[in-house]
Amino acid sequence: MENRPLEYDYTVAKWFMLATVVLGIVGMLVGVILAWQMAFPGVNLMAGEGLAEYTNFSRLRPLHTDSVIFGFTLSGIWATWYYVGQRVLKVSMAESKFLMFLAKLHFAIYMVVVVAVVGSLLLGISTGKEYADFEWPIDIAVVVVWVIWGMSIFGLIGIRREKSLYISIWYYIATFLGIAMLYLFNNMEIPTYFASGGIGNWYHSVSMYSGTNDALVQWWYGHNAVAFGFTVPIVAMIYYFLPKESGQAVYSYKLSLLAFWGLMFVYLWAGGHHLIYSTVPDWMQTMGSVFSVVLILPSWGSAINMLLTMKGEWQQVAASPLIKFMILASTFYMFSTLEGPIQAIKSVNALAHFTDWIVGHVHDGVLGWVAFMIMAALFHMAPRVFKREIYSKSLMNTQFWIQTLGVVLYFTSMWIAGITQGMMWRAHDEFGNLAYSFIDTVAVLHPYFTIRAVGGTLYLVGMFLFAYNMYKTMTSSRRVEESELQNASPMGA
Amino acid sequence: MDIGTLQAYAYFFFVAFLVVVLYSYIYHLYSSQWKGKRDYEKYGNIALNDEITDQPIEEISKNDDKKVGGINE
Repeated sequence: MENRPLEYDYTVAKWFMLATVVLGIVGMLVGVILAWQMAFPGVNLMAGEGLAEYTNFSRLRPLHTDSVIFGFTLSGIWATWYYVGQRVLKVSMAESKFLMFLAKLHFAIYMVVVVAVVGSLLLGISTGKEYADFEWPIDIAVVVVWVIWGMSIFGLIGIRREKSLYISIWYYIATFLGIAMLYLFNNMEIPTYFASGGIGNWYHSVSMYSGTNDALVQWWYGHNAVAFGFTVPIVAMIYYFLPKESGQAVYSYKLSLLAFWGLMFVYLWAGGHHLIYSTVPDWMQTMGSVFSVVLILPSWGSAINMLLTMKGEWQQVAASPLIKFMILASTFYMFSTLEGPIQAIKSVNALAHFTDWIVGHVHDGVLGWVAFMIMAALFHMAPRVFKREIYSKSLMNTQFWIQTLGVVLYFTSMWIAGITQGMMWRAHDEFGNLAYSFIDTVAVLHPYFTIRAVGGTLYLVGMFLFAYNMYKTMTSSRRVEESELQNASPMGA
Repeated sequence: MDIGTLQAYAYFFFVAFLVVVLYSYIYHLYSSQWKGKRDYEKYGNIALNDEITDQPIEEISKNDDKKVGGINE
């Protein structure tokens, strides 16, 4: 038998990279359709009256949120896990047939879940809980996927050569544990068909909680899905990819540890800020506000650590579009983790809640921070897994600027729209009569909705450039030697 | 004392306790470095020297086998 040197095995990482690109395009395309529907309601009927059931805003909206969260982002997290995990633990997937089998099973069952989710949401089958829309059969499949991932994480850790777990691994473990806990508790549901002895559809369920308790659990989940889906694993990525791409070790490893524990503790208590001025106890609302403000510290701890990692090497930001993506991601992380706490302050929340400012906040976080970091990670991985240079540096630069413009148009328009909306909703005359009706606000917001749709479209154009660049990298770019892959990724003109 | 007051006291002391824990952790990290017990900063190199042929920053020894899976910090 041939005696080949041991190499990292990126088979499953590649599959998840592909899934990231495809599901990213699907999720963002649906998002752009929704944005145009908001600006021009006629778009709801884009496929004609007959198909309006499938193309209207309310049917497509969960498809957008779930495909970008559980499709694009999760695939990105797993693509990077099956890459970073091996490298920082210094162990190859090829060393364990069992772990390789688990990883492939992980991908296969995940794909089944994706198909089930897309199908069921398009058919309007939903629990009606935001970001927890899936009915119980899908929830069970999700748990299976998650358990397999957990086995893969701890299995790989179990056979590692590197004794200490690099900080990114801490964050991946936290993602696994955090989402496991959140998902299980928030999706506790009773299948009505079985509970009632055969009434209704077999797949239908109702939440085990009700009223205020349901709201509390839902937003404990909802906010921490942001924590453990959009923050923790993305921080895991930047702690690996920025040092590796720039050739600079993380500025302060101690700060990374401190920020980790800070984030773990504080984030879990901040969800109450989604329920300010609602029926939950006042002290919980206050706690949600206070912890949200405290959350600035660990968030900025990581973000500043990343910016300081570039100390003395800032010329790389100008020279490399890949570093640009990561520095902009880190900057947007700082920005949205300042904006969030501001919105969680009770008096600000009185104005901001239920307005488009919240939508703007979510999108400067996910478009500027999450998606930029995931794309940067995939760009860094591509030459290493395909053994080819990144097809086009100029295309990357073009994508960077188109998408940055898209994000800026998105959040600025939503800021103005949101604050306008909040002010109009609460404006009243000297007798306390409301000054405006709801439709007055809709008419005023129209231009901002249009600007948002343009911003979203630009971002989607950037996604297509990204997909094209990745495709060309995979298929026809110049082959590279191992020696070219030390730090800065090789790129064609 | 009613339950609300108790909650408020408990909340305050819990937060104060956690602040002490946090600062103790910071002190632990920095004092371990000063005293030469552990050089935390070297772990930053795990990301840089990550080829499978690279020497691990801290090799896992036979004696550690039983502890595998634990976080070393």
